[in-house]
Amino acid sequence: MGGYLTQLLAVADAELRKLRHDPWELASRAIQPVLWLLLFGNVMARVRGLAPQAIPYLDFLAPGILAQSALFVAIFYGISAIWERDLGVLHRYLVSPAPRSALVSGKALSSGARALSQAVIVYFCAAAMGVRLSLRPADVAAAILLITLGSALFSTFSLIIACMVRTRERFMGIGQVLTMPIFFASNAIYPVALMPGWLQILALLNPLTYEVDGLRAVMLARGSSVFGLTRDFTVLAVAGLAMIAVATRMYPRMTE
Amino acid sequence: MTVIGTDSPASGRPAIETFGLTRRFGALAAVDGASLSVRSAEIFGLIGPNGAGKSTLIKMLTTMLPPSAGRAIIAGFDLRTQAGQVRRHIGYVPQLLSADGELTGYENLLLSARLYLVPRTAREGRIRAALALMGLTEVRDRLVRQYSGGMIRRLEIAQSTLHAPSVIFLDEPTEGLDPVGRHAVWRHIRDLRERLGAAVVVTTHYMDEADALCDRIALIDRGRILVTDTPAALKGQIGDHATLDDVFAQMTGHAAEGGSYRDVRRTRRAAREHA
Ligand SMILES: Nc1ncnc2c1ncn2[C@@H]1O[C@H](COP(=O)(O)OP(=O)(O)OP(=O)(O)O)[C@@H](O)[C@H]1O
Ligand SMILES: [Mg+2]
Repeated sequence: MGGYLTQLLAVADAELRKLRHDPWELASRAIQPVLWLLLFGNVMARVRGLAPQAIPYLDFLAPGILAQSALFVAIFYGISAIWERDLGVLHRYLVSPAPRSALVSGKALSSGARALSQAVIVYFCAAAMGVRLSLRPADVAAAILLITLGSALFSTFSLIIACMVRTRERFMGIGQVLTMPIFFASNAIYPVALMPGWLQILALLNPLTYEVDGLRAVMLARGSSVFGLTRDFTVLAVAGLAMIAVATRMYPRMTE
Repeated sequence: MTVIGTDSPASGRPAIETFGLTRRFGALAAVDGASLSVRSAEIFGLIGPNGAGKSTLIKMLTTMLPPSAGRAIIAGFDLRTQAGQVRRHIGYVPQLLSADGELTGYENLLLSARLYLVPRTAREGRIRAALALMGLTEVRDRLVRQYSGGMIRRLEIAQSTLHAPSVIFLDEPTEGLDPVGRHAVWRHIRDLRERLGAAVVVTTHYMDEADALCDRIALIDRGRILVTDTPAALKGQIGDHATLDDVFAQMTGHAAEGGSYRDVRRTRRAAREHA
Protein backbone atom coordinates (compact mmCIF):
# COMPACT_ATOMS: atom_id res chain seq x y z
CA MET A 1 0.00 0.00 0.00
CA GLY A 2 2.79 2.41 0.96
CA GLY A 3 4.57 1.28 -2.17
CA TYR A 4 1.53 2.03 -4.29
CA LEU A 5 1.37 5.57 -2.96
CA THR A 6 5.11 6.08 -3.50
CA GLN A 7 4.73 5.07 -7.14
CA LEU A 8 1.61 7.18 -7.66
CA LEU A 9 3.26 10.24 -6.15
CA ALA A 10 6.48 9.61 -8.10
CA VAL A 11 4.53 10.05 -11.34
CA ALA A 12 2.71 13.15 -10.11
CA ASP A 13 5.92 14.64 -8.71
CA ALA A 14 7.76 14.19 -12.00
CA GLU A 15 4.99 16.09 -13.81
CA LEU A 16 5.07 18.93 -11.31
CA ARG A 17 8.84 19.18 -11.56
CA LYS A 18 8.49 19.64 -15.31
CA LEU A 19 6.07 22.46 -14.61
CA ARG A 20 8.57 24.09 -12.30
CA HIS A 21 11.21 23.96 -15.02
CA ASP A 22 8.85 25.71 -17.42
CA PRO A 23 6.66 28.17 -15.50
CA TRP A 24 5.91 30.02 -18.73
CA GLU A 25 3.55 27.28 -19.73
CA LEU A 26 1.38 28.00 -16.71
CA ALA A 27 1.49 31.74 -17.21
CA SER A 28 0.42 31.45 -20.85
CA ARG A 29 -2.42 29.13 -19.91
CA ALA A 30 -3.76 31.71 -17.46
CA ILE A 31 -4.40 34.25 -20.17
CA GLN A 32 -7.48 32.56 -21.55
CA PRO A 33 -9.62 32.48 -18.38
CA VAL A 34 -8.67 36.06 -17.61
CA LEU A 35 -9.86 37.12 -21.06
CA TRP A 36 -13.13 35.24 -20.65
CA LEU A 37 -13.86 37.01 -17.40
CA LEU A 38 -12.75 40.40 -18.64
CA LEU A 39 -14.34 40.43 -22.10
CA PHE A 40 -17.16 37.89 -22.17
CA GLY A 41 -18.05 38.42 -18.51
CA ASN A 42 -18.29 42.19 -18.67
CA VAL A 43 -20.45 42.16 -21.78
CA MET A 44 -22.79 39.41 -20.67
CA ALA A 45 -23.17 41.04 -17.27
CA ARG A 46 -25.43 43.54 -19.05
CA VAL A 47 -27.91 40.87 -20.11
CA ARG A 48 -30.74 40.58 -17.64
CA GLY A 49 -32.00 37.28 -16.39
CA LEU A 50 -28.91 35.26 -17.29
CA ALA A 51 -27.85 34.60 -13.71
CA PRO A 52 -30.12 33.62 -10.83
CA GLN A 53 -31.38 36.84 -9.21
CA ALA A 54 -29.40 36.44 -5.99
CA ILE A 55 -25.98 37.14 -7.52
CA PRO A 56 -24.40 39.32 -10.22
CA TYR A 57 -23.52 37.61 -13.49
CA LEU A 58 -19.76 37.96 -12.98
CA ASP A 59 -20.07 36.06 -9.70
CA PHE A 60 -22.10 33.41 -11.48
CA LEU A 61 -19.54 33.21 -14.27
CA ALA A 62 -16.31 33.00 -12.24
CA PRO A 63 -16.70 29.36 -11.08
CA GLY A 64 -17.72 28.39 -14.61
CA ILE A 65 -14.58 29.96 -16.09
CA LEU A 66 -12.45 28.32 -13.42
CA ALA A 67 -13.86 24.90 -14.30
CA GLN A 68 -13.52 25.69 -17.98
CA SER A 69 -9.85 26.60 -17.76
CA ALA A 70 -9.18 23.39 -15.84
CA LEU A 71 -11.09 21.45 -18.50
CA PHE A 72 -9.07 22.97 -21.33
CA VAL A 73 -5.82 22.05 -19.63
CA ALA A 74 -7.00 18.54 -18.82
CA ILE A 75 -8.48 17.70 -22.19
CA PHE A 76 -5.16 18.08 -23.95
CA TYR A 77 -3.54 15.78 -21.48
CA GLY A 78 -3.90 12.85 -23.80
CA ILE A 79 -1.69 14.48 -26.36
CA SER A 80 1.20 14.52 -23.93
CA ALA A 81 0.68 10.79 -23.43
CA ILE A 82 0.92 10.25 -27.19
CA TRP A 83 3.96 12.49 -27.24
CA GLU A 84 5.57 10.41 -24.50
CA ARG A 85 4.81 7.27 -26.44
CA ASP A 86 6.41 8.69 -29.60
CA LEU A 87 9.49 9.78 -27.68
CA GLY A 88 9.86 6.49 -25.82
CA VAL A 89 9.45 7.95 -22.32
CA LEU A 90 6.24 5.95 -21.92
CA HIS A 91 8.30 2.74 -21.89
CA ARG A 92 10.20 3.96 -18.86
CA TYR A 93 6.90 3.99 -16.94
CA LEU A 94 5.32 0.86 -18.32
CA VAL A 95 8.35 -1.38 -17.99
CA SER A 96 8.52 -0.55 -14.28
CA PRO A 97 6.72 -2.80 -11.80
CA ALA A 98 4.41 0.05 -10.74
CA PRO A 99 0.74 -1.03 -10.93
CA ARG A 100 -0.82 0.45 -14.04
CA SER A 101 -3.54 2.11 -11.98
CA ALA A 102 -0.87 3.92 -9.93
CA LEU A 103 0.63 5.30 -13.14
CA VAL A 104 -2.74 6.49 -14.44
CA SER A 105 -3.78 7.96 -11.07
CA GLY A 106 -0.44 9.72 -10.71
CA LYS A 107 -0.93 11.43 -14.04
CA ALA A 108 -4.49 12.36 -13.08
CA LEU A 109 -3.35 13.84 -9.80
CA SER A 110 -0.72 15.97 -11.48
CA SER A 111 -3.38 17.35 -13.79
CA GLY A 112 -5.32 18.43 -10.70
CA ALA A 113 -2.28 20.19 -9.31
CA ARG A 114 -1.78 21.94 -12.61
CA ALA A 115 -5.36 23.17 -12.56
CA LEU A 116 -4.93 24.50 -9.03
CA SER A 117 -2.25 26.87 -10.18
CA GLN A 118 -4.79 28.25 -12.65
CA ALA A 119 -7.36 28.49 -9.91
CA VAL A 120 -5.12 30.84 -7.96
CA ILE A 121 -5.02 33.17 -10.94
CA VAL A 122 -8.77 33.00 -11.52
CA TYR A 123 -9.42 33.72 -7.84
CA PHE A 124 -7.20 36.81 -7.96
CA CYS A 125 -8.65 38.02 -11.20
CA ALA A 126 -12.23 37.50 -10.05
CA ALA A 127 -11.55 39.31 -6.79
CA ALA A 128 -10.04 42.21 -8.69
CA MET A 129 -13.22 42.44 -10.77
CA GLY A 130 -15.37 42.69 -7.69
CA VAL A 131 -16.58 39.10 -7.43
CA ARG A 132 -17.28 38.33 -3.77
CA LEU A 133 -15.34 35.16 -2.97
CA SER A 134 -15.53 32.93 0.06
CA LEU A 135 -12.13 32.38 1.60
CA ARG A 136 -13.31 30.31 4.54
CA PRO A 137 -10.81 27.45 4.91
CA ALA A 138 -13.50 24.79 4.59
CA ASP A 139 -14.78 26.38 1.38
CA VAL A 140 -11.29 26.72 -0.09
CA ALA A 141 -10.53 23.11 0.79
CA ALA A 142 -13.75 21.99 -0.88
CA ALA A 143 -12.89 24.04 -3.98
CA ILE A 144 -9.44 22.43 -4.13
CA LEU A 145 -11.02 19.00 -3.94
CA LEU A 146 -13.62 19.78 -6.62
CA ILE A 147 -11.03 21.15 -9.01
CA THR A 148 -8.72 18.20 -8.41
CA LEU A 149 -11.49 15.68 -8.98
CA GLY A 150 -12.72 17.45 -12.11
CA SER A 151 -9.24 17.71 -13.61
CA ALA A 152 -8.39 14.12 -12.77
CA LEU A 153 -11.61 13.00 -14.41
CA PHE A 154 -11.22 14.98 -17.63
CA SER A 155 -7.49 14.34 -17.99
CA THR A 156 -8.10 10.61 -17.66
CA PHE A 157 -10.95 10.86 -20.17
CA SER A 158 -8.45 12.52 -22.46
CA LEU A 159 -5.97 9.72 -21.85
CA ILE A 160 -8.62 7.19 -22.86
CA ILE A 161 -9.25 9.08 -26.10
CA ALA A 162 -5.49 9.13 -26.72
CA CYS A 163 -5.35 5.36 -26.28
CA MET A 164 -8.06 5.01 -28.90
CA VAL A 165 -6.89 7.45 -31.58
CA ARG A 166 -3.13 6.82 -31.03
CA THR A 167 -1.78 9.66 -33.20
CA ARG A 168 -1.22 13.32 -32.41
CA GLU A 169 -2.92 14.54 -35.55
CA ARG A 170 -6.14 12.65 -34.94
CA PHE A 171 -6.12 13.68 -31.31
CA MET A 172 -5.81 17.38 -32.14
CA GLY A 173 -8.96 17.18 -34.25
CA ILE A 174 -10.92 15.24 -31.67
CA GLY A 175 -9.70 17.33 -28.75
CA GLN A 176 -11.28 20.42 -30.29
CA VAL A 177 -14.49 18.61 -31.11
CA LEU A 178 -14.87 17.32 -27.56
CA THR A 179 -14.12 20.47 -25.62
CA MET A 180 -16.88 22.58 -27.17
CA PRO A 181 -19.86 20.36 -26.30
CA ILE A 182 -18.52 19.58 -22.82
CA PHE A 183 -18.22 23.29 -22.19
CA PHE A 184 -21.42 24.54 -23.80
CA ALA A 185 -23.60 21.62 -22.69
CA SER A 186 -22.91 22.56 -19.09
CA ASN A 187 -23.95 25.21 -16.63
CA ALA A 188 -20.58 27.00 -16.90
CA ILE A 189 -21.80 30.23 -18.51
CA TYR A 190 -25.62 29.98 -18.22
CA PRO A 191 -27.97 28.08 -15.92
CA VAL A 192 -29.28 24.69 -17.02
CA ALA A 193 -32.83 26.03 -16.62
CA LEU A 194 -32.31 28.34 -19.63
CA MET A 195 -31.53 25.46 -21.99
CA PRO A 196 -33.94 23.70 -24.33
CA GLY A 197 -35.10 20.36 -22.93
CA TRP A 198 -32.80 18.10 -24.95
CA LEU A 199 -29.75 20.12 -23.97
CA GLN A 200 -30.77 20.02 -20.33
CA ILE A 201 -30.55 16.25 -20.47
CA LEU A 202 -27.03 16.43 -21.88
CA ALA A 203 -26.03 19.00 -19.29
CA LEU A 204 -27.28 16.77 -16.49
CA LEU A 205 -25.19 13.88 -17.84
CA ASN A 206 -22.11 16.11 -18.04
CA PRO A 207 -19.72 15.90 -15.06
CA LEU A 208 -18.57 19.48 -15.72
CA THR A 209 -22.04 20.64 -14.65
CA TYR A 210 -21.52 19.14 -11.21
CA GLU A 211 -18.02 20.57 -10.88
CA VAL A 212 -19.32 24.06 -11.67
CA ASP A 213 -22.36 23.59 -9.45
CA GLY A 214 -20.18 22.63 -6.50
CA LEU A 215 -17.74 25.46 -7.15
CA ARG A 216 -20.60 27.99 -7.13
CA ALA A 217 -21.42 26.92 -3.60
CA VAL A 218 -17.89 26.96 -2.21
CA MET A 219 -16.10 29.63 -4.23
CA LEU A 220 -18.64 32.44 -3.88
CA ALA A 221 -19.55 34.31 -0.70
CA ARG A 222 -23.23 34.27 -1.70
CA GLY A 223 -23.34 31.28 -3.99
CA SER A 224 -25.36 28.13 -3.65
CA SER A 225 -25.51 24.71 -5.21
CA VAL A 226 -28.49 23.57 -7.28
CA PHE A 227 -27.89 19.83 -6.87
CA GLY A 228 -26.33 19.81 -3.41
CA LEU A 229 -22.65 19.30 -2.65
CA THR A 230 -23.07 15.62 -1.80
CA ARG A 231 -24.38 14.87 -5.24
CA ASP A 232 -21.72 17.04 -6.92
CA PHE A 233 -18.88 15.26 -5.14
CA THR A 234 -20.41 11.83 -5.66
CA VAL A 235 -20.87 12.29 -9.40
CA LEU A 236 -17.30 13.56 -9.83
CA ALA A 237 -15.76 10.82 -7.70
CA VAL A 238 -17.69 7.98 -9.32
CA ALA A 239 -17.10 9.25 -12.85
CA GLY A 240 -13.41 9.80 -12.03
CA LEU A 241 -12.93 6.29 -10.68
CA ALA A 242 -14.71 4.84 -13.71
CA MET A 243 -12.36 6.75 -16.02
CA ILE A 244 -9.31 5.54 -14.10
CA ALA A 245 -10.57 1.96 -14.25
CA VAL A 246 -11.00 2.15 -18.02
CA ALA A 247 -7.68 3.94 -18.59
CA THR A 248 -5.86 1.38 -16.44
CA ARG A 249 -6.85 -1.27 -18.95
CA MET A 250 -6.10 0.78 -22.04
CA TYR A 251 -2.93 2.69 -21.12
CA PRO A 252 -0.53 -0.30 -21.10
CA ARG A 253 -1.55 -1.13 -24.64
CA MET A 254 -0.11 2.14 -25.92
CA THR A 255 3.32 0.52 -26.33
CA GLU A 256 1.99 -2.02 -28.81
CA MET B 1 26.11 -6.48 -4.19
CA THR B 2 23.77 -9.43 -4.06
CA VAL B 3 21.05 -9.62 -6.63
CA ILE B 4 19.43 -12.90 -5.95
CA GLY B 5 16.35 -11.93 -3.97
CA THR B 6 14.22 -14.39 -2.05
CA ASP B 7 11.88 -14.81 -4.99
CA SER B 8 14.63 -15.20 -7.58
CA PRO B 9 15.15 -18.48 -9.32
CA ALA B 10 17.87 -20.80 -8.16
CA SER B 11 21.09 -20.03 -9.99
CA GLY B 12 21.90 -22.42 -12.76
CA ARG B 13 18.52 -21.95 -14.39
CA PRO B 14 18.73 -19.88 -17.58
CA ALA B 15 18.04 -16.14 -17.21
CA ILE B 16 15.80 -16.28 -20.25
CA GLU B 17 14.16 -19.19 -21.97
CA THR B 18 11.72 -18.80 -24.84
CA PHE B 19 9.69 -21.46 -26.59
CA GLY B 20 8.33 -20.66 -30.04
CA LEU B 21 7.76 -17.02 -29.22
CA THR B 22 5.80 -15.41 -32.05
CA ARG B 23 4.35 -11.98 -32.77
CA ARG B 24 2.22 -11.24 -35.78
CA PHE B 25 1.19 -7.84 -37.10
CA GLY B 26 -1.65 -8.70 -39.45
CA ALA B 27 -0.19 -11.10 -41.97
CA LEU B 28 3.41 -10.32 -41.05
CA ALA B 29 5.15 -12.55 -38.51
CA ALA B 30 7.60 -9.99 -37.10
CA VAL B 31 8.97 -12.67 -34.77
CA ASP B 32 8.32 -16.21 -35.89
CA GLY B 33 8.76 -19.07 -33.43
CA ALA B 34 11.81 -17.77 -31.57
CA SER B 35 13.29 -20.31 -29.16
CA LEU B 36 16.40 -19.34 -27.27
CA SER B 37 18.08 -19.64 -23.94
CA VAL B 38 20.29 -17.03 -22.25
CA ARG B 39 22.44 -17.87 -19.21
CA SER B 40 22.92 -15.55 -16.29
CA ALA B 41 26.01 -13.32 -16.50
CA GLU B 42 26.02 -13.82 -20.25
CA ILE B 43 26.18 -11.02 -22.81
CA PHE B 44 23.87 -12.15 -25.56
CA GLY B 45 23.74 -10.34 -28.90
CA LEU B 46 20.78 -10.12 -31.26
CA ILE B 47 21.87 -9.16 -34.75
CA GLY B 48 20.03 -8.98 -38.03
CA PRO B 49 18.98 -6.54 -40.75
CA ASN B 50 16.50 -3.70 -40.27
CA GLY B 51 13.05 -5.08 -39.69
CA ALA B 52 14.38 -8.51 -38.72
CA GLY B 53 12.31 -8.48 -35.53
CA LYS B 54 14.97 -7.70 -32.90
CA SER B 55 13.05 -4.90 -31.22
CA THR B 56 9.79 -6.81 -31.43
CA LEU B 57 11.40 -9.76 -29.65
CA ILE B 58 12.77 -7.49 -26.93
CA LYS B 59 9.42 -5.75 -26.52
CA MET B 60 7.78 -9.10 -25.92
CA LEU B 61 10.43 -10.15 -23.41
CA THR B 62 10.01 -6.87 -21.51
CA THR B 63 6.18 -7.26 -21.35
CA MET B 64 5.67 -4.25 -23.61
CA LEU B 65 4.03 -6.33 -26.32
CA PRO B 66 1.92 -9.46 -25.82
CA PRO B 67 3.10 -12.46 -27.88
CA SER B 68 0.71 -13.95 -30.43
CA ALA B 69 1.97 -17.43 -29.53
CA GLY B 70 4.69 -19.16 -27.56
CA ARG B 71 6.04 -18.95 -24.03
CA ALA B 72 8.91 -17.37 -22.19
CA ILE B 73 10.41 -17.63 -18.72
CA ILE B 74 12.41 -14.61 -17.62
CA ALA B 75 14.37 -14.53 -14.36
CA GLY B 76 12.31 -17.56 -13.39
CA PHE B 77 8.92 -15.96 -14.03
CA ASP B 78 6.37 -16.70 -16.69
CA LEU B 79 6.04 -13.83 -19.13
CA ARG B 80 2.34 -14.32 -19.60
CA THR B 81 1.10 -14.97 -16.07
CA GLN B 82 3.70 -13.13 -13.95
CA ALA B 83 4.32 -9.94 -15.89
CA GLY B 84 4.64 -7.88 -12.71
CA GLN B 85 7.37 -10.13 -11.33
CA VAL B 86 9.15 -10.12 -14.67
CA ARG B 87 9.17 -6.31 -14.65
CA ARG B 88 10.61 -6.25 -11.15
CA HIS B 89 13.61 -8.29 -12.25
CA ILE B 90 14.48 -6.76 -15.60
CA GLY B 91 15.97 -3.54 -16.87
CA TYR B 92 15.16 -2.17 -20.32
CA VAL B 93 16.81 0.54 -22.38
CA PRO B 94 14.57 0.92 -25.42
CA GLN B 95 15.72 1.79 -28.92
CA LEU B 96 13.96 5.14 -28.62
CA LEU B 97 14.90 7.84 -26.18
CA SER B 98 13.41 6.97 -22.81
CA ALA B 99 14.93 9.51 -20.42
CA ASP B 100 12.68 12.52 -19.97
CA GLY B 101 14.24 15.59 -21.54
CA GLU B 102 12.12 17.93 -19.45
CA LEU B 103 13.61 16.60 -16.22
CA THR B 104 17.17 16.78 -14.91
CA GLY B 105 19.40 13.71 -14.78
CA TYR B 106 18.90 13.51 -11.04
CA GLU B 107 15.12 13.77 -11.37
CA ASN B 108 15.06 11.01 -13.96
CA LEU B 109 16.93 8.74 -11.58
CA LEU B 110 14.72 9.73 -8.67
CA LEU B 111 11.64 8.83 -10.71
CA SER B 112 13.06 5.42 -11.54
CA ALA B 113 14.15 4.77 -7.96
CA ARG B 114 10.64 5.50 -6.73
CA LEU B 115 8.89 3.50 -9.45
CA TYR B 116 11.07 0.50 -8.57
CA LEU B 117 10.53 1.09 -4.85
CA VAL B 118 14.20 1.36 -4.02
CA PRO B 119 14.01 1.77 -0.21
CA ARG B 120 13.91 5.41 0.81
CA THR B 121 17.06 5.10 2.92
CA ALA B 122 19.05 3.66 0.02
CA ARG B 123 17.68 6.00 -2.64
CA GLU B 124 20.00 8.99 -2.49
CA GLY B 125 23.07 6.82 -2.04
CA ARG B 126 22.27 4.66 -5.04
CA ILE B 127 21.46 7.66 -7.20
CA ARG B 128 24.72 9.33 -6.23
CA ALA B 129 26.67 6.16 -6.94
CA ALA B 130 24.96 5.72 -10.32
CA LEU B 131 25.70 9.33 -11.31
CA ALA B 132 29.34 8.90 -10.33
CA LEU B 133 29.66 5.59 -12.13
CA MET B 134 28.20 7.03 -15.33
CA GLY B 135 30.26 10.21 -15.09
CA LEU B 136 27.17 12.39 -14.80
CA THR B 137 27.72 13.95 -11.38
CA GLU B 138 28.65 17.32 -12.85
CA VAL B 139 25.53 17.56 -14.98
CA ARG B 140 23.06 15.99 -12.56
CA ASP B 141 21.00 19.16 -12.25
CA ARG B 142 20.94 20.01 -15.94
CA LEU B 143 17.86 19.25 -18.04
CA VAL B 144 18.41 16.06 -20.00
CA ARG B 145 17.42 17.74 -23.25
CA GLN B 146 20.77 19.54 -23.02
CA TYR B 147 22.69 16.25 -22.67
CA SER B 148 24.73 14.72 -25.49
CA GLY B 149 23.61 11.41 -26.99
CA GLY B 150 26.26 9.52 -25.06
CA MET B 151 25.28 11.14 -21.77
CA ILE B 152 21.62 10.28 -22.34
CA ARG B 153 22.48 6.66 -23.06
CA ARG B 154 24.54 6.41 -19.88
CA LEU B 155 21.73 7.98 -17.89
CA GLU B 156 19.25 5.51 -19.36
CA ILE B 157 21.48 2.61 -18.44
CA ALA B 158 21.71 3.97 -14.90
CA GLN B 159 17.92 4.41 -14.75
CA SER B 160 17.31 0.86 -15.87
CA THR B 161 19.71 -0.72 -13.41
CA LEU B 162 19.14 1.18 -10.13
CA HIS B 163 17.06 -1.75 -8.89
CA ALA B 164 19.84 -4.27 -9.64
CA PRO B 165 17.92 -6.32 -12.22
CA SER B 166 19.05 -9.84 -13.07
CA VAL B 167 18.26 -9.48 -16.78
CA ILE B 168 18.98 -6.33 -18.78
CA PHE B 169 17.79 -5.55 -22.31
CA LEU B 170 19.53 -2.88 -24.35
CA ASP B 171 18.10 -2.15 -27.80
CA GLU B 172 20.84 -0.59 -29.97
CA PRO B 173 22.53 1.17 -27.07
CA THR B 174 25.39 2.48 -29.22
CA GLU B 175 23.35 3.69 -32.19
CA GLY B 176 24.27 7.24 -33.09
CA LEU B 177 27.20 7.45 -30.67
CA ASP B 178 30.76 8.44 -31.53
CA PRO B 179 33.57 5.91 -30.90
CA VAL B 180 34.30 7.26 -27.44
CA GLY B 181 30.62 7.05 -26.49
CA ARG B 182 30.39 3.54 -27.90
CA HIS B 183 33.36 2.34 -25.90
CA ALA B 184 31.93 3.87 -22.74
CA VAL B 185 28.70 1.93 -23.29
CA TRP B 186 30.62 -1.31 -23.84
CA ARG B 187 32.51 -0.74 -20.64
CA HIS B 188 29.26 -0.25 -18.74
CA ILE B 189 27.68 -3.33 -20.24
CA ARG B 190 30.64 -5.46 -19.16
CA ASP B 191 30.53 -3.81 -15.77
CA LEU B 192 26.84 -4.66 -15.33
CA ARG B 193 27.62 -8.26 -15.94
CA GLU B 194 30.46 -8.21 -13.41
CA ARG B 195 28.73 -6.15 -10.77
CA LEU B 196 25.20 -7.54 -10.93
CA GLY B 197 25.89 -10.93 -12.41
CA ALA B 198 23.16 -9.94 -14.80
CA ALA B 199 22.36 -11.46 -18.17
CA VAL B 200 22.58 -8.74 -20.81
CA VAL B 201 20.67 -8.93 -24.10
CA VAL B 202 21.92 -6.36 -26.56
CA THR B 203 21.11 -5.56 -30.19
CA THR B 204 23.51 -3.79 -32.52
CA HIS B 205 24.18 -3.17 -36.18
CA TYR B 206 27.95 -3.01 -35.61
CA MET B 207 29.44 -6.44 -36.23
CA ASP B 208 32.82 -5.53 -34.73
CA GLU B 209 30.99 -4.55 -31.57
CA ALA B 210 28.99 -7.77 -31.42
CA ASP B 211 32.20 -9.71 -31.95
CA ALA B 212 34.09 -7.96 -29.18
CA LEU B 213 31.29 -7.73 -26.66
CA CYS B 214 29.04 -10.76 -26.90
CA ASP B 215 29.55 -14.21 -25.46
CA ARG B 216 26.96 -15.59 -27.84
CA ILE B 217 25.01 -14.21 -30.76
CA ALA B 218 21.65 -15.02 -32.31
CA LEU B 219 21.32 -14.05 -35.94
CA ILE B 220 17.76 -13.06 -36.85
CA ASP B 221 16.30 -12.51 -40.28
CA ARG B 222 12.64 -11.97 -41.18
CA GLY B 223 11.50 -12.95 -37.73
CA ARG B 224 13.38 -16.24 -37.62
CA ILE B 225 16.44 -17.10 -35.57
CA LEU B 226 18.84 -18.51 -38.14
CA VAL B 227 21.61 -19.54 -35.80
CA THR B 228 22.82 -19.07 -32.22
CA ASP B 229 26.49 -19.51 -31.31
CA THR B 230 29.66 -17.86 -30.07
CA PRO B 231 31.22 -15.29 -32.42
CA ALA B 232 34.25 -17.58 -32.88
CA ALA B 233 32.13 -20.57 -33.86
CA LEU B 234 30.01 -18.48 -36.25
CA LYS B 235 33.10 -17.15 -38.02
CA GLY B 236 34.63 -20.64 -38.07
CA GLN B 237 31.68 -21.94 -40.06
CA ILE B 238 32.35 -19.49 -42.86
CA GLY B 239 36.10 -19.69 -43.26
CA ASP B 240 39.52 -19.16 -41.76
CA HIS B 241 39.73 -15.38 -41.90
CA ALA B 242 36.03 -14.66 -41.84
CA THR B 243 34.62 -11.69 -39.92
CA LEU B 244 31.16 -11.41 -38.44
CA ASP B 245 30.34 -9.14 -41.37
CA ASP B 246 30.94 -12.14 -43.64
CA VAL B 247 28.74 -14.32 -41.46
CA PHE B 248 25.99 -11.71 -41.55
CA ALA B 249 26.22 -11.29 -45.31
CA GLN B 250 26.23 -14.98 -46.08
CA MET B 251 23.47 -16.00 -43.72
CA THR B 252 21.01 -13.21 -44.40
CA GLY B 253 21.68 -13.08 -48.13
CA HIS B 254 22.51 -9.42 -47.94
CA ALA B 255 25.92 -10.09 -49.46
CA ALA B 256 25.62 -7.95 -52.57
CA GLU B 257 24.53 -4.96 -50.57
CA GLY B 258 27.69 -4.87 -48.50
CA GLY B 259 27.15 -2.37 -45.73
CA SER B 260 23.95 -0.96 -47.14
CA TYR B 261 21.82 -2.14 -44.28
CA ARG B 262 23.89 0.24 -42.26
CA ASP B 263 23.24 3.15 -44.54
CA VAL B 264 19.50 2.85 -44.17
CA ARG B 265 19.85 2.57 -40.45
CA ARG B 266 17.41 4.98 -39.00
CA THR B 267 18.66 7.47 -36.49
CA ARG B 268 16.99 7.30 -33.13
CA ARG B 269 14.99 10.38 -33.89
CA ALA B 270 13.76 9.18 -37.24
CA ALA B 271 12.80 5.90 -35.61
CA ARG B 272 10.17 7.73 -33.56
CA GLU B 273 7.95 8.10 -36.58
CA HIS B 274 7.71 4.36 -36.64
CA ALA B 275 7.15 3.71 -32.98
N1 LIG C 1 3.48 -1.89 -34.12
C1 LIG C 1 3.73 -2.48 -35.31
N2 LIG C 1 2.76 -2.61 -36.22
C2 LIG C 1 3.00 -3.20 -37.41
N3 LIG C 1 4.19 -3.67 -37.80
C3 LIG C 1 5.21 -3.57 -36.94
C4 LIG C 1 5.04 -2.96 -35.66
N4 LIG C 1 6.24 -2.99 -35.01
C5 LIG C 1 7.10 -3.59 -35.85
N5 LIG C 1 6.50 -3.92 -37.01
C6 LIG C 1 7.13 -4.62 -38.13
O1 LIG C 1 7.75 -5.78 -37.65
C7 LIG C 1 8.99 -6.00 -38.30
C8 LIG C 1 10.08 -6.12 -37.29
O2 LIG C 1 10.33 -4.83 -36.71
P1 LIG C 1 11.40 -4.58 -35.58
O3 LIG C 1 11.28 -3.17 -35.17
O4 LIG C 1 11.28 -5.63 -34.55
O5 LIG C 1 12.76 -4.80 -36.38
P2 LIG C 1 14.25 -4.58 -35.89
O6 LIG C 1 14.97 -5.84 -36.13
O7 LIG C 1 14.28 -4.03 -34.53
O8 LIG C 1 14.77 -3.49 -36.93
P3 LIG C 1 15.79 -2.26 -36.73
O9 LIG C 1 17.15 -2.83 -36.89
O10 LIG C 1 15.44 -1.36 -37.86
O11 LIG C 1 15.54 -1.66 -35.41
C9 LIG C 1 9.17 -4.86 -39.28
O12 LIG C 1 8.74 -5.29 -40.55
C10 LIG C 1 8.25 -3.80 -38.75
O13 LIG C 1 7.78 -2.99 -39.79
MG1 LIG D 1 14.91 -2.30 -33.64
